[in-house]
Amino acid sequence: MVPDTWYVALSAVLFTIGVCGVVLRRNPLVIFMSLELALNAANLALVAFGQRAGNAEGQALVFFVMAVAAAEVAVGLAIIVAIFRVRQRLSVDDLSLMRW
Amino acid sequence: MMPRVAFVLIAGLAVASALGLVLRRNPIHGALLLVVNLGCIAALYLMLGAEFLAAAQVIVYAGAIMVLFVFAIMVLIPGKEETGPDPRRAWRLLAAPLGAALLLELGVILLAGRAAVPAPAAPAPAGNVAALGRLLFTDYLLPFELTSVLLLAAMVGVLLLARRRA
Repeated sequence: MVPDTWYVALSAVLFTIGVCGVVLRRNPLVIFMSLELALNAANLALVAFGQRAGNAEGQALVFFVMAVAAAEVAVGLAIIVAIFRVRQRLSVDDLSLMRW
Repeated sequence: MMPRVAFVLIAGLAVASALGLVLRRNPIHGALLLVVNLGCIAALYLMLGAEFLAAAQVIVYAGAIMVLFVFAIMVLIPGKEETGPDPRRAWRLLAAPLGAALLLELGVILLAGRAAVPAPAAPAPAGNVAALGRLLFTDYLLPFELTSVLLLAAMVGVLLLARRRA
């Protein structure tokens, strides 16, 4: 049996890598993927804590996080594609204005 | 002993693929490494006894979401986004110390929380599919239904955004 602290530690490491990716990269798509990484790390911690508590509540929460993530990815990618259509360039440094 | 070896192997693969996603230039490589990472997390869900979530992880994340990402990368001319010198390189490299600080904070918080929370009385593996389904359709019925509204709203929003010159 793997102690649940191991899962939580792995979750912390993956979350940190995801946050670093968001800060480090210039491509909005890669930033988005790093965001998914961080989201998954949080999910892993939720499931591990849920197992520790001995009920399925943590898993129910992860289920909702997955549904929200699916909606978020669909809308986010549509926004990125729409911006690319206008800008023809893909770097977050170009996107410092709220409108143009 | 055997589960621990498996955990270390899967965790190593997960961390390596995550680092690859963050450090590799090519977004397609990043997307495929993220698929590997999501698969590792699905395997960890299985080890935790969350079979439904493992299946949903593979279907929803590795299947649907990553296909969307790969499509978007192909639409957006891959490999031409992060070329050229970075005018804000110094700021971006702050990610390393900031990440180290974040990891340190998380470690301190988790260790402190571990000392505060007593160990579970009985590590009951109550995370089977039936328990999860019962929970979703009783206690979490309203959020469950709202999820469908959310997905519908997202679908309509994407259609609006993807229209030619909206």
